[in-house]
Amino acid sequence: MKTFLILGAGTAGTMVANKMSQHLDPMEWKIVVVDKDETHIYQPGLLFIPFDIYTREDVIKPRRDYLPRSVEFIRSDIELIEPGENRVRLTHEKRVINYDYLVIATGSRIAPAETDGLLDNGWHENVFDFYTLEGAVALSRFLKFWKGGRMVLNIAEMPIKCPVAPLEFLFLADWFFHERGMRDQVEITLATPLPGAFTRPRAAAILGDMLERKGIAVEAEFNIMEVDHEKNVIRSYDEREIPFDLLVTIPTNMGAEVIERSGMGNELAFVPTDNHTLQSKQWENVWVIGDAADVPTSKAGSVAHFMLDVVIENILRHMEGLKPLPKFDGHANCFIESGFDKGILIDFNYDVEPLPGKYPLPGLGPFSLLQESSVNHWGKMLFRWIYWNALLKGEELPFESQMSMAGKWS
Amino acid sequence: MSTQTATTILESLALDEEGFLLDPQTWTREIAQALAQAEGISELTEAHWKIIEFSRESATESGASPTLRQITKGTGISTKELFALFPKGPAKKVAKIAGVGKPEGCI
Ligand SMILES: Cc1cc2nc3c(=O)[nH]c(=O)nc-3n(C[C@H](O)[C@H](O)[C@H](O)COP(=O)(O)OP(=O)(O)OC[C@H]3O[C@@H](n4cnc5c(N)ncnc54)[C@H](O)[C@@H]3O)c2cc1C
Repeated sequence: MKTFLILGAGTAGTMVANKMSQHLDPMEWKIVVVDKDETHIYQPGLLFIPFDIYTREDVIKPRRDYLPRSVEFIRSDIELIEPGENRVRLTHEKRVINYDYLVIATGSRIAPAETDGLLDNGWHENVFDFYTLEGAVALSRFLKFWKGGRMVLNIAEMPIKCPVAPLEFLFLADWFFHERGMRDQVEITLATPLPGAFTRPRAAAILGDMLERKGIAVEAEFNIMEVDHEKNVIRSYDEREIPFDLLVTIPTNMGAEVIERSGMGNELAFVPTDNHTLQSKQWENVWVIGDAADVPTSKAGSVAHFMLDVVIENILRHMEGLKPLPKFDGHANCFIESGFDKGILIDFNYDVEPLPGKYPLPGLGPFSLLQESSVNHWGKMLFRWIYWNALLKGEELPFESQMSMAGKWS
Repeated sequence: MSTQTATTILESLALDEEGFLLDPQTWTREIAQALAQAEGISELTEAHWKIIEFSRESATESGASPTLRQITKGTGISTKELFALFPKGPAKKVAKIAGVGKPEGCI
């Protein structure tokens, strides 16, 4: 019996388990999936929790329900990966698994300890993240009774997963405070290490305009050095200070600690991966999918989905002794929730930046690219259904893995 | 390096509108000094050179100019010091002076 081992049962690991179980002969292969806990979180939904649009129950499901019956699911922390020995050590019962193929899908996590003072007394009191379920829920409690003041959203360091989520948070906050009749009581500031609102120039200009129209100030090229709880300010390395009453932070994002422990990561514990084949740069029977990979595109569920077909095909080719194909083009698309029941859609890859136009989608679209519309908002809300019912199963979605230029105005 | 020498070197260089060397192949240590002066760094110390050399090596290897975290990890120089050595936006300044092309930033 050969072992196909998947580390992580989040978005990417679950998709790989579903897809691979359709391809591998169960008489020959055992598929094993490991995750440290039993609850799958629909992370895009975390954005809506602080504003009471979703609750905790709206975003969680048991991981097991989304994995095929034929795979073995082990709930355990992964202690160490030893790729030189084709072996993984688990903490649970000190189990050791020898594998023939390994797929790393351990995602990315927030690392607030990387910023001085972030985890001090204010953590989850007037300093919150919303990239974890605990953070998002704590923030929703805080916002329920907040009387207003200075709200600062700080991105500690790039890259972060879902780089549009902070902007969506700001747009929704603007809407939320309007709805409560307290928008004039709240000063909103985005403090970002980027030179503007977003990473890619065309999208940055358009999103920057939107922030301005909504009265959201931007403090660009702000590299946070520390949180000073005595003065209630965040301070940058070039000694700029921004006062806050409420700090919403996107802490440094890093790959899983086990990647670091195993000496398999780069300086942020992401795994060096071939940009186009998604094979590990160092071990030929190791493949990386989703946020865990160091490839230069957005860390997003949509990207993990676009990676899926490439990873599966390349592993199957490798099993047949064939060379992997360089098919992944960095394709990413994101619905950006922009508040007041509107949304924006962006679509891009390694080489083509987000462009305005229309995104043709048979049956559903067209969605407006880089332009606000309510169809885009409904697309975003529909995404939760698609996520649980189609995406995780690795089913075909009406999106191509490779980006298409159809409908884009270049 | 005198201001005049720096000016003469800078005038002979092909730079893009933001002041990055158009052809990183033409980089020399002299050019680095001239570019540093244009960025308001009058003297390149040993620590500056350590960072510049690391950045050039890292860019040759990866094809992209290094991030702040790569620089601090690779040289052992703290972020705080990095900002003191290359005030305001060290990632961009280091890339400019080391002639390794504009940092792509992130995605
Ligand atoms: C607020 C927010 C909004 C987002 N919005 C969108 C959106 O609108 N659209 C979109 O496409 N994407 C969005 N994303 C991003 C998307 O959720 C992620 O990119 C996606 O989930 C990545 O999948 P993954 O499988 O790589 O990682 P994950 O789904 O995070 O899975 C990683 C798994 O590995 C497990 N693991 C890690 N280390 C260990 C260990 N040592 N032992 C055992 N198990 C371990 C973890 O428990 C986890 O289950 C958003 C993310 C956030 C936080």
